[in-house]
Amino acid sequence: MIKEQLPILILAVPLLASFAITLFARKSKIAAFALLVGAMGMSFVFAIGVMRQILDTGRVIHYHIGNWQPPFGIELVIDHLNAMVLVLVSGAAFLTAIYSKNTVPAEVPYRFPGEEVPERVPNYYTLYALLVTGLLGIVATGDAFNMFVLLEISALSSYALLALGGGRAYFATFKYLIVGTIGACFYLLGVGYLYIKTGSLNMPDLKVILTSPALAESPTVMIAFMLIITGIWIKMAFFPLHGWLPNAYTYASTTTSCLVAPLMTKVSVYMMIRLMFSVFSAHYIFDRLGWQNGVVWLAAAAILFGSISALGQTNLKRMLCYIIVAEVGYMVGGVWLANADGLIGATYHILSDAMMTLCLFMAVGAVIYKTGDASLYAMRGIFRKMPVTSVVFVIGALAMIGIPPTCGFFSKWYLVSGAIEARHWGFAVALLISSLINAVIFFRIIEIGYFPLFDEQEGEGGHHAHDRAVIAEAPFSMLLPMVLTALSLIAIGLYSNEIITGLVGRTIPAGLL
Amino acid sequence: MNEILTAIIAKYNYWSFLILLLIGLHAMISKNNLVKKVIGMSIFQSAIILFYVSIGYKKGATIPITEHGHGHANEVVHQTAAEMVAGFANPLPHVLMLTAIVVGVGTLGVALALVQKIHRVYGTIEEDEILEKIKE
Repeated sequence: MIKEQLPILILAVPLLASFAITLFARKSKIAAFALLVGAMGMSFVFAIGVMRQILDTGRVIHYHIGNWQPPFGIELVIDHLNAMVLVLVSGAAFLTAIYSKNTVPAEVPYRFPGEEVPERVPNYYTLYALLVTGLLGIVATGDAFNMFVLLEISALSSYALLALGGGRAYFATFKYLIVGTIGACFYLLGVGYLYIKTGSLNMPDLKVILTSPALAESPTVMIAFMLIITGIWIKMAFFPLHGWLPNAYTYASTTTSCLVAPLMTKVSVYMMIRLMFSVFSAHYIFDRLGWQNGVVWLAAAAILFGSISALGQTNLKRMLCYIIVAEVGYMVGGVWLANADGLIGATYHILSDAMMTLCLFMAVGAVIYKTGDASLYAMRGIFRKMPVTSVVFVIGALAMIGIPPTCGFFSKWYLVSGAIEARHWGFAVALLISSLINAVIFFRIIEIGYFPLFDEQEGEGGHHAHDRAVIAEAPFSMLLPMVLTALSLIAIGLYSNEIITGLVGRTIPAGLL
Repeated sequence: MNEILTAIIAKYNYWSFLILLLIGLHAMISKNNLVKKVIGMSIFQSAIILFYVSIGYKKGATIPITEHGHGHANEVVHQTAAEMVAGFANPLPHVLMLTAIVVGVGTLGVALALVQKIHRVYGTIEEDEILEKIKE
């Protein structure tokens, strides 16, 4: 009985938790925290349950909300691809929820001087739960308009969360809000054009209707596709539409960047894959429109631009933000290579990149939490002071560079072999250059972390060295999720074969094999 | 000339939606005042709402409520189902826009709250002045 209701429970639990936190835990930080972690944990367990169901039966789950039959009712459609993304989103949200125990009370009550504000931490957790509801909803839904609504739920809560960073975050978030609204409206407009032509909003139904030859010729459908894909590219910060991302994510508070940075862009990439292959078709996009060459070149430009910009940053978070811009290029390029290897690489990279970004943001967040400094030099002497954090950072860095057995290696392997198969040498070269630049970026930081600054050593004399060797590690509530994330990077790498044959490889659309 | 005019008049709803959309987009991108940007955003969203509403409309159609539904079984229904449907406006786009209006109001609220905060931090809501203050 409960097994049939699992798909909706994944979404319902965080949604109800956001209400429960506002209603019952307004005054108490601890109660709000407990409710949030409980809800995220339950959602994670349900998502795993759904994934097991799909792995056991091998069938796509169609859940009709309120038992209204599609195409008129809204349905949740869960196949191998979004079962994986559901587990990813709920898992990352669960880990970040644990991580937030100390960081949120330390950072969130941003106030103007002399201002008295009531307890804000429970409000923060309400928005947190709403954001996760929106993200999970985008992933689970099988209805094009429903996807817009959930996209805006997650976007609105993310604007509020990002703005809580205070100071410069307000202006950065305002820009994100304007650009994000343009993106969402483009998507909505595209769905409207599709509705004019097909009379349907249900994705499986749309796919059937759009295969008719008359519609494949229609310029309206082409415009609809252009609007939808541009809207999603704005939302995922695909070069040259990435301008809003670095500022918005840099000035946010630590927990917000840990939650938003890995998930929002990756869920947008999922949206792109879903709409390209479950509403339109590989045949329509790659054979009839044939834009793949241009898009892959754009992706190569995104990778180079993101990596080179990251190289020039002295703020740790901003550096990671530019790496995200480059990683978005990896995934968009992989999807548009128009072959199975590229798509497998891109889909697997959704999983591995989300965890890598989460891992690095958590480690950097712990350093910022302890030192109050977000520049590269906050990392100096970090190996002595915060041994666990620095090991986590190194694992995240190795995954980002793509060194086996971490997961980053396997996604890059598939992306590069996809690029070679498509004979797109520009993209392959961009991938390799980006890996090299990542190696430079991270080994530079690791070097800073290994040695205290030269002048410090000289100036204060050698005998003070062991004074600074006092271990000042982040609290356990931050270490635990960090270590789990770092272990997951290795686990995702070691089980890459199982993940790719069991989950990712099952969702390759027929036109690409 | 005449043909172009006829084409415009025949699809006047699309033209008016397009003009509104471009006005909104222009305001969002090129206005210097943040509140004007927010107003542009609102126009932009309203244009899309009007577009959806207009595609559900039919000439002479009414709201989709059946006159001879339950409880009127004795009365003879003279219309076939197809005739009845022809007399109704398509309610689905209208219902969708109820949700989109809510989303729009939510976005507007968050945007105005942000503008207020920006004003408290920088003392101005002109974009160029804010950028100058950030550079300092």
